[in-house]
Amino acid sequence: MTDVKSENRARFGVPANSMVFARGVRKTYGQLEVLKGVDLDVPEGSVACIIGPSGSGKSTFLRCINHLEKLSGGILLVDSQFVGYDLLGDKLQEVKDDLLCRRRAEIGMLFQSFNLFSHMTVMENLIEAPTQVRRIALDQAKAEAEVLLRRVGLADKVDRYPRELSGGQQQRVAIARAMAMKPKVLLFDEPTSALDPELVGEVLQVMRDLAESGMTMVVVTHEIGFAREIGDQLVFMDGGVIVERGTPREMIANPTSPRTREFLSRVL
Amino acid sequence: MGVAHPTEIGIEPGAAAAVSRLTVVPQRRYGIWIGTALALLLALLIIRAFASNPAFAWGTAAGYLFHPSIMRGLGNTLLLTVVIMVLGIVVGTVIAIMRVSPSPVLRAFSGVYVWFFRGVPALIQLIFWFNLSLLVREISLTLPFIGTLFSVRTNDFMTPFFSAVVALSLCEAGYMAEIIRAGIKSVPSGQSEAASALGMPYRMILKRITLPQAMRFVLPPTGNEAINLLKMTSLVTFIAVDDLFYTAQSIYARTFETIPLLIVVAFWYLAVVSIMSVGQHFLERHFGRSDVRRDPLTMRALRNAISLRGVAR
Repeated sequence: MTDVKSENRARFGVPANSMVFARGVRKTYGQLEVLKGVDLDVPEGSVACIIGPSGSGKSTFLRCINHLEKLSGGILLVDSQFVGYDLLGDKLQEVKDDLLCRRRAEIGMLFQSFNLFSHMTVMENLIEAPTQVRRIALDQAKAEAEVLLRRVGLADKVDRYPRELSGGQQQRVAIARAMAMKPKVLLFDEPTSALDPELVGEVLQVMRDLAESGMTMVVVTHEIGFAREIGDQLVFMDGGVIVERGTPREMIANPTSPRTREFLSRVL
Repeated sequence: MGVAHPTEIGIEPGAAAAVSRLTVVPQRRYGIWIGTALALLLALLIIRAFASNPAFAWGTAAGYLFHPSIMRGLGNTLLLTVVIMVLGIVVGTVIAIMRVSPSPVLRAFSGVYVWFFRGVPALIQLIFWFNLSLLVREISLTLPFIGTLFSVRTNDFMTPFFSAVVALSLCEAGYMAEIIRAGIKSVPSGQSEAASALGMPYRMILKRITLPQAMRFVLPPTGNEAINLLKMTSLVTFIAVDDLFYTAQSIYARTFETIPLLIVVAFWYLAVVSIMSVGQHFLERHFGRSDVRRDPLTMRALRNAISLRGVAR
């Protein structure tokens, strides 16, 4: 494994501390080109926030990272490894499903609509993947789940069904569920967009705690304030390309591109 | 300022008194009263016709109710229903999974299956399978280099009972496949997406996430299917399987007590359907347990708890 990583690092110039490494990522649906060459570096332990108008391709890019969407071009490495491919000489060989699943399990993802398994209790949601995918013993999985639920402040909701929880609580459970797989990186696809305004804060607080604990995070968001406070880098996407990137404070205060300026003036 | 709560501003005493003097007069629904009267009258007439007509021969019917032949027929009808339903669900699930598969060949195969077995009347399929020997004289498995492993004459294994099971299972599977497919489609795509993101492979997602959630949508129509099937098994009378209807028929062919025996048959079908409906209710409640809104009892308990707390404050 280490061999593959160092080979990839040497061959593609991946920095040693890289967690997500994208070069020239393209995605097309028939005639429609959604991503037109995206480059991104997310170092281990850092938080990258992606903002941009709807239809700019930011969610598609996020879904490319864990190979929920296949790339149409370019390369994308997580922890210096391809997710959906094996590199054989100059060929990118698509990997078998079980290997893809194993690699995907190391990349957590959060969705706008939470997507908790609605036929399972909170506890069952948390132990499902660890026991079924990783084959961890039930007792151990439950013990770890309880620790995680305490961490997101929902230890008293173990036996509730998702429908009985508020949106904010559901998203916190979803974060705990993703963390139960001990991922290397967490991807957030507009995690607070479906929430009532008064519930946004509790989810952002959990994300803030995660960031402080050193979790690598890629966050597609409309919460500019959160991006400014937590983000190590801010990326503005529009029309399938990255228009501008920089440190959040600088970029929000002095956007160089007119498109960034226009977008920020509308959301701030 | 927003809308202030009444207690905060206080209502003028005179107005409050005027409000408390008002009484509510319910709307008069003459149409419903007339309809009710007519329905009661009709029910009375029907009951009188049934009770007073000697041709019904209720006493004779009661005498045949637990007749050994009838009991054996009822047993066979139940056995057929259970076996066919189980096979129909198993085959139907496989066909439904093929129908939502990424492979176009599997999708087409299952599409043609549903088209054919749902399109041809069950009675015709039944007689076709019963007469399979006209088409295929014997069935054998022959492997190259090894030779014939086994060979049976079609007539030896295509007994009436076996052809009934094969024909009606394949037919039932066509209907079940459509019900299960609709159930799978009704599960939001975010569920399997989240499972994928957690590293669950396709088959595990189907088994652990999609199918259990589809159950909630699949159960009510499946209950109806089982009830339909129970009645559909009476078709096997045509190929001389001694089910409930066939045994009754063979009795009244001898004794000419046609109406009483039909009453016996109807009684048993109604009895089994009633039991099945109760079972269906409990199954639905079991699989709907994650959906609080669907359970009126829980909802009522919840509302009571909330209102009690409101009063206590």
